Amino acid sequence: MLLPALLEADNVTKSFMARRRPRVGVGQADTQRAGRVQNNLRDGMINAVDGVSLAIPAEPTLISLVGESGSGKTTLSRMLLGLEKPTTGTIRYRGKDIFKLSKEEWKVYRREVQAVFQDPYAIYNPFYHVEHVFKMAIKHFKLADNAEKARALMEEALRAVDLRPQDVLGRYPHQLSGGERQRIMLARIYMLKPRVIIADEPVSMIDAAVRTLFMNILLDFRDQYGISCLFITHNLSTAYYLGGQLVVLCQGKIVEQGDMDEVINNPRHNYTRQLLNAVPSGDPEKRWTTKLTLEELNAY
Amino acid sequence: MQVPVDLGLQAKPKGPDTLIDVRDMRIYYATTAGEAKVVDGVDLRIYRDEIFGVAGESGCGKSTFVEGLLRLIKLPGYIKSGTAQFFPKNVEGKEPDEPIDLLKISQQDMRKLRWKHIAYVPQGAMNALNPVMRIDDQIVDAIHAHVNMSRKDAIELMLKQLNMVGLPPYVANQYPHELSGGMKQRVTIASSISLSPDVLMADEPTTALDVNIQRIILQELKEIRERLGLTIVYVSHDMAVHAELADRMGIMYAGSVVEVGTTIDIFKRPLHPYTQGLIKSIPKIGGPRERLVGIPGLAPSPLAWPSGCKFHPRCSKAMDICRQVAPRLGVVEEGRQVACHLYETQPKVESENSERTLSEIKLHV
Ligand SMILES: Nc1ncnc2c1ncn2[C@@H]1O[C@H](COP(=O)(O)OP(=O)(O)OP(=O)(O)O)[C@@H](O)[C@H]1O
Ligand SMILES: Nc1ncnc2c1ncn2[C@@H]1O[C@H](COP(=O)(O)OP(=O)(O)O)[C@@H](O)[C@H]1O
Ligand code: SF4
Ligand SMILES: [Mg+2]
Ligand SMILES: [Mg+2]
Repeated sequence: MLLPALLEADNVTKSFMARRRPRVGVGQADTQRAGRVQNNLRDGMINAVDGVSLAIPAEPTLISLVGESGSGKTTLSRMLLGLEKPTTGTIRYRGKDIFKLSKEEWKVYRREVQAVFQDPYAIYNPFYHVEHVFKMAIKHFKLADNAEKARALMEEALRAVDLRPQDVLGRYPHQLSGGERQRIMLARIYMLKPRVIIADEPVSMIDAAVRTLFMNILLDFRDQYGISCLFITHNLSTAYYLGGQLVVLCQGKIVEQGDMDEVINNPRHNYTRQLLNAVPSGDPEKRWTTKLTLEELNAY
Repeated sequence: MQVPVDLGLQAKPKGPDTLIDVRDMRIYYATTAGEAKVVDGVDLRIYRDEIFGVAGESGCGKSTFVEGLLRLIKLPGYIKSGTAQFFPKNVEGKEPDEPIDLLKISQQDMRKLRWKHIAYVPQGAMNALNPVMRIDDQIVDAIHAHVNMSRKDAIELMLKQLNMVGLPPYVANQYPHELSGGMKQRVTIASSISLSPDVLMADEPTTALDVNIQRIILQELKEIRERLGLTIVYVSHDMAVHAELADRMGIMYAGSVVEVGTTIDIFKRPLHPYTQGLIKSIPKIGGPRERLVGIPGLAPSPLAWPSGCKFHPRCSKAMDICRQVAPRLGVVEEGRQVACHLYETQPKVESENSERTLSEIKLHV
């Protein structure tokens, strides 16, 4: 028998009362049809996530969740993190509905499922040194019983993400680059040794060299500590680098999922193909030779 | 020991196509912890009609460099030294061919150049649209701030600009929150170039957008360049985007330019060890899944740049001289400059007669 999933979304839908925004704006040829688009601007209920089932298994796994902006990635991840209640459907941790956990179980879940956001600037207090972030976590989760052990923990965690403790501990958040702030979040997570990391677009704002370090850390976390990750991105090249599983989200629905290499080498859905083709090749001799039109983009 | 940079100022700075010629630009911030040398000796020449990519990791000074050219540096920041000769077309009260030093002119003269001659899309520009004003009022106001034009003509111009980036006219009647990020960014780009400037400086215009919208915007920028003969300075940390768009590139590290070349040369034969690290870090789709190495170590602080070559603490090829002497940016081969002790270079920017023509440099569109 398969092990039960560690964290799962079971037929989850999240509706919002929202004003629809046109995704890209239609081309000039379509202006006669502008009335149709205008209709889209009326207020109404939209399903940001629409009947999604997704399981993060008990064995260490990397799952990449890809989809364009507005496809529902963040909404789904916020539900998995317990920050948002699904309108219908259930989020389960170790088989139990996360909104029906006992106080003790909730505490375990909060420790075992950790988040990394696009720019974690917001979670830092600008008036405290970086060291404070670590001290708070050590205190809150009772990771060390004396200052010496706490110091050793912090230093080990920073080295695990390729940062020099003496360089960063005394700095204020605004004195760090975006990539450094991201790696410090990973160092904090390293101390907590969670079972799952949910990382929402953690690398989209950082440069390739730092991005590589960040993704290598996720690979090491899986291989050395058995930490799984749900990695959210709109860029398939970063997802491909991680390997593992791929889930493609389009307008709140999963349109394709499977083994990374299988999906990339043989995409079945046109939307997946469109996302693949929009990734720049990174080779000036292999530039795009075809054009993506607004109409094609509006098709999904 | 810091060797003063000598880039052959005796050579006439203006080549046939030169639009902006930057020499030894320095921008410092006075902080309580000392002087932050954020831009620390930038040398660059940008040609008319090219798309010039400025690359480098976060914090290396790309935005500050562009803000310096536009004279948008706010105290405690200041322009320490340098020149930036600008050769715009048809500036009122100026002889053609007579350069304007962007780093020296008055703020009043600078205001006359912005929008009309130098368009600027700052980092995060799409979030800077006024939330309580309709798009049309914002663009028309901006046009009126820079030229005398009837309201009717300004509206017509605005609609033409929106159309150029494929946005339908109804967008003009909307508020920013009614538009998606990609639409807002296209509004920003279209309006910034409504007065047919000589150059558009765009700072990370697609970084916050998804890959599909990014592709649309890159396509549009290429088309606009072809149609209007616009020079574009495109700032981004994303090397894959430069591979797609730029004709030539400058790689910045720790406040200076460390390598300049055509995009093909930079990607096919990166010379500077830092450039090599950047190229090696680009993830590719398909093929064998190899572990990329990235660039180890931390980006240095502008408060205390390392001695000699600022890259030496992270460079696997560092030699003794690298710790002591700062390498100068010099010409290694035609159209190619690098600042690294591994290469023999000529201490001047470029020889005028052997310059490759722009059409040779430009890649297929
Ligand atoms: N609190 C909310 N109220 C109304 N609509 C919302 C809310 N949160 C999300 N939405 C809408 O739900 C859809 C999905 O949003 P979500 O932020 O999850 O997408 P995403 O894939 O993460 O996009 P991005 O890449 O832009 O972050 C969007 O259309 C969004 O506007
Ligand atoms: N107002 C300021 N005061 C002090 N340092 C600053 C200020 N603005 C920028 N810097 C520093 O200048 C460096 C370069 O910043 P920036 O030009 O924004 O780089 P990039 O756009 O490449 O990320 C960074 O180290 C940053 O911390
Ligand atoms: S000058 Fe020396 S340290 Fe600097 S990049 Fe070249 S080899 Fe490396
Ligand atoms: Mg999101
Ligand atoms: Mg910047």
